[in-house]
Amino acid sequence: MLYVAVALRSFRRYSTYTAATLAGIFTNSVFGVIISFTYIAVWKENPTAGGYDVTDAVTFCWLAQAMIMTVAVWGGGTTDDVADRIRTGDIVIDLYRPVSFLGWYLAGDLGRSAYHLLTRGLAPTVVGALLFDLRFPDSPATYLLFLVSVALGVVVSFGIRMLVACTAFWLLDQTGVLSLAMVCAVFFSGLAVPLVLFPGWTRDLVLALPWAALVQTPIDLWLGHSTGVEAVAGLGLQATWAAVLLLGCGLVLRVADRRLVVQGG
Amino acid sequence: MAEPLAARLAWNTRAFLMLAGMWVRVSWTYRASFLLMTLASVVITGIDFVAIMVMFTNVDSLGGFGLRDIAFLYGATAVCLGLADLVVGNVERLGRRIRLGSFDAMMVRPVGVLVQVCADEFAIRRLGRVAQGSLVLAWAITRVDVDWDPARVLVTVGMLVCGTLIFTGIFVLGASFQFLTTEGSEVANAFTYGGNAMTQYPLTIYPREVVRALTFLVPVAFVNWYPTLFVLDIPDPFGLPAALQLASPVAAVVVCALAALAWRTGVRRYRSTGS
Amino acid sequence: MSLIEVEDLSRTFVVRRRAGRVRRTTDVVHAVRDLSFDVERGEMVGYIGPNGAGKSTTIKMLTGILVPTGGRLSVAGIDPSRQRVDLTRRIGVVFGQRTTLWWDLPLRDSFDLLRRIYRVDPQRHRRNLDEFTELLDLGALLDTPVRQLSLGQRMRGDIAAALLHDPEILYLDEPTIGLDVVSKGRLREFLRRVNEERQVTLLLTTHDLQDIEQLCRRVMVIDHGSLVYDGSLAGLHARGESTRTLVVDLVDEAAPIEVPGARVTRVEGPRQWLSFPAGASAAPIVASVASGYDVADLSIQEPDIEDVIREIYSRR
Repeated sequence: MLYVAVALRSFRRYSTYTAATLAGIFTNSVFGVIISFTYIAVWKENPTAGGYDVTDAVTFCWLAQAMIMTVAVWGGGTTDDVADRIRTGDIVIDLYRPVSFLGWYLAGDLGRSAYHLLTRGLAPTVVGALLFDLRFPDSPATYLLFLVSVALGVVVSFGIRMLVACTAFWLLDQTGVLSLAMVCAVFFSGLAVPLVLFPGWTRDLVLALPWAALVQTPIDLWLGHSTGVEAVAGLGLQATWAAVLLLGCGLVLRVADRRLVVQGG
Repeated sequence: MAEPLAARLAWNTRAFLMLAGMWVRVSWTYRASFLLMTLASVVITGIDFVAIMVMFTNVDSLGGFGLRDIAFLYGATAVCLGLADLVVGNVERLGRRIRLGSFDAMMVRPVGVLVQVCADEFAIRRLGRVAQGSLVLAWAITRVDVDWDPARVLVTVGMLVCGTLIFTGIFVLGASFQFLTTEGSEVANAFTYGGNAMTQYPLTIYPREVVRALTFLVPVAFVNWYPTLFVLDIPDPFGLPAALQLASPVAAVVVCALAALAWRTGVRRYRSTGS
Repeated sequence: MSLIEVEDLSRTFVVRRRAGRVRRTTDVVHAVRDLSFDVERGEMVGYIGPNGAGKSTTIKMLTGILVPTGGRLSVAGIDPSRQRVDLTRRIGVVFGQRTTLWWDLPLRDSFDLLRRIYRVDPQRHRRNLDEFTELLDLGALLDTPVRQLSLGQRMRGDIAAALLHDPEILYLDEPTIGLDVVSKGRLREFLRRVNEERQVTLLLTTHDLQDIEQLCRRVMVIDHGSLVYDGSLAGLHARGESTRTLVVDLVDEAAPIEVPGARVTRVEGPRQWLSFPAGASAAPIVASVASGYDVADLSIQEPDIEDVIREIYSRR
């Protein structure tokens, strides 16, 4: 139950930045409008591009805007604290706390994402629905699957961000790695362009990469493009990536821990 | 005040180069990280264009324009935003400077305070976007179907100058609001980066009202759209007067004048922090 | 004409506050109210008052950072808010709690950048830098980035930076805050020297009354935005009805001493404390005590200026 408390505290911490949240919603909405018109133009030329119709595409655009902060596509979240604490050396305290290091920060990040889902996720979706014709799931089960998928997306994103933060153990300055990680996340998640538009084999490749779990997979569940076996496979792939990444984080932390001991903190 | 405007302008330019140069030297001491970040900047800003190319594997044209024409539009707006971002992009950190009190320190130095805010933590890696945009623009210039006469060359060069000034003005205008509330920097981003995102595509993909707003309200259409119509010799798809195609300098002057006014008002209404 | 002329200077702030969920109320706060004073060239003035009294607001108006909402203001013949940039060359400012130097640069590079920004002649810069380096003991610090300096070292760097362009006026906002006793002493010695040898006019705000006692002949006290005292340190004592204390060590224990002009406040064995107004002369009291009692030793305690100021505030 400690982790629930951590998540709640994190939720509250983020809820204090009201002005920033409002400004962010405004920005997400502006970009939602711009990208919607772009997609409308694409699907006007090719009404079945990527297996989507134009309503799918516009819905995709707004949900993707809703995901930016929720799954932290651009980085940020509690892993930023980790990077800071590695730099200042405070990380030693965290590593020797009697609770799971990853669990502690993952709980915090899930609390953050819950707040962002309710504000920067919900608000742009409402704006999008008011301005454009969006597709909404017709069964509650689909909403549930979508939420599970978003949660898995947050864990995958957390795993990637944590690995990036851990590079701070070895590199003095992690900004370079951070920006390259951001490029991959924006491009391979579906945020820049739906992954279904990628040509030929590159489409299968990007759909199998971990970043697809951040945006593309949850939205395909929402749109009803993956149902039944496909839906289970999608969630399974997300869960697999989540497990692999968290294991990777654990491994890296163990190596870093040993390094800290050798160096004497 | 006795100093004439030209002398003040020259001095402030020199001071900008001095301060910015200092930051370039500082970043050069962390060479590896600096080079990595410049590379990252080229790649990040290039994502948009790769996304457009991915779209073009599914379609042959967007809003009636082919990939080469869109590359021309895209390259132009990228170069303009990149140059403006390089020079004045740091102005968006005004709120932080005010909160930390470093703005007070700038107020008591004999250099224009806008120059100091922009030059502070000057990041030469932002050339990444300019480089990326230039590459796309250069490719487009060699591919578009244009008879390059002096008028078209002149309009193209003018487009880059005026577009840079328009984005510069919008950056400063947006940042001026941080004198009132230091939390709204993201709203300004919606106009600069959002304006850039909109003008990466032919405006024919937007409804008529949006195009009007981009012409008369937030005049980013003058950054590349109207000059491009002239260069590519395309009649205005919305039936707006052809004179608009050569009106970018007017838009640039208006935006910059408004920005200067907003900034001066902000400085005079500055409240500082603390007691 | 005085170097600094302030007449009916006022500054209000409009503060919006949340009153309930959506509603907001607007308050007008008078940070500085009808302030008037002059400062002559070469003066060293202490500007004191409790937190939020309007000290920093005044300094920020004098430097052009804040625009006044009322009154007239002239510094070196210049209106600070209208000709801020022209004024910057003639003043130096030190903010105690934060540095105006560049965090990532070694001190030497910061100084060099300032030289070019203020367009100081290289030879004059060299001369000033050499002098300050010696007086402030900066030699070993010149190649250290500012971020690595201790508070005291940074303050010395900041003061040197504020003086490199030969300003006529130096404003110091809490210059000794957070410094140890030795550093404070050295800093005060340096400031006294700058004032005497370079004729730099000093205006300093401080919480440390020792700064005032050791540096300033003139004190201005501000409270709730208004000037409540402007004059000499001695006058401040008198104004506060402060008292001096005569400590008398008698040969034997005795009943409380009775002499005109003083009264006993404390008795402890053969030692007695007599208090008398700070403005009065101690001589007649000492004479009557010495003639009427068997005295082993005498000493006089000066009043504590903090008590004096507390007194002024409490009487308002």
